[in-house]
Amino acid sequence: MAFDSLSAFLAMGGHGVYVWASWGVTGLLLVGVVLHARAERRALLRDLRRRARRAQHHGASDAAATPVSHREGHARES
Amino acid sequence: MWAFIHKLGSPKWFYAISTRLQPWFWGAAAVLILVGSAWGLAFAPADYQQGNSFRIIYVHVPAAFLAQSIFVSMAVAGVIFMVWKIKIADMAAAMMAPLGAAMTFVALFSGAVWGVPTWGTWWMWDARLTSMLILLFLYFGVIALRGAFSSRDSASRAASVLAMVGVINIPIIKYSVDWWYTLHQPATFSVTSRPAMPVEMWAPLLIMVLGFYSFFIAVTLMRTRSEILRREASKRWVRELAGEVS
Repeated sequence: MAFDSLSAFLAMGGHGVYVWASWGVTGLLLVGVVLHARAERRALLRDLRRRARRAQHHGASDAAATPVSHREGHARES
Repeated sequence: MWAFIHKLGSPKWFYAISTRLQPWFWGAAAVLILVGSAWGLAFAPADYQQGNSFRIIYVHVPAAFLAQSIFVSMAVAGVIFMVWKIKIADMAAAMMAPLGAAMTFVALFSGAVWGVPTWGTWWMWDARLTSMLILLFLYFGVIALRGAFSSRDSASRAASVLAMVGVINIPIIKYSVDWWYTLHQPATFSVTSRPAMPVEMWAPLLIMVLGFYSFFIAVTLMRTRSEILRREASKRWVRELAGEVS
């Protein structure tokens, strides 16, 4: 352990602002990347399920007939 | 071997394989980053010149490594996509770009903050700093290009070309500290010689670097799987999969 106390650890020998600002921004970005990836996956699965339900209501042929470009564009919006 | 590569190039196979690999990389990233952080922040000895501000190295160097490695990965993926038309390569490249930009920003930000107590300035038009700023703009360019075309194929090709051309900046970043030695110190790690730091200082750095690479692989696998769902939404196996996973 390079520090005697918690306050010494937080102070970082007077360089606390620099050390914690760098680490803080890094940590926030890493966590943000994970949360974004998770939200992205959930939204896509939700969209796929909604589309499957719609296809069941309108008959399977409707889903197959929808143009791919339109369907992909729709997935991007949500 | 070729059969394996062909299978890997198929979205369905890639999805299955990356689903199995992904947890290992998340686990490795979590363990390595937690151990490396605790070691680097609390247990590594303070630098005899810089004191505790040197602990910024444990986020600065891994982020800078990733920033450059991700761009090289994008360029390689661009070549694979352009030459062999393997769509998975393009999907992965598209998903990597934001993380690469984030890591470039982390490297620049932590470097600027570190510069205040160490160099007495947060910015100078030093070759290393400038070439990293150019890297950030290259990432922005790749991301913007993908959004700028109505046709996905044109967007993919434009982004691939920019990645393949922009990769020329990577050796410039690498050798900038040797060619124009103005402010930034030369490389911390080198393949040919032992680090100048004692082992208690560079061991946590190595752990952090490995943790960041695992994180990059985990995020890329996860987001490429999402991109497969997005682009292959009309395929039967994707529809069946969405019904199973809740």
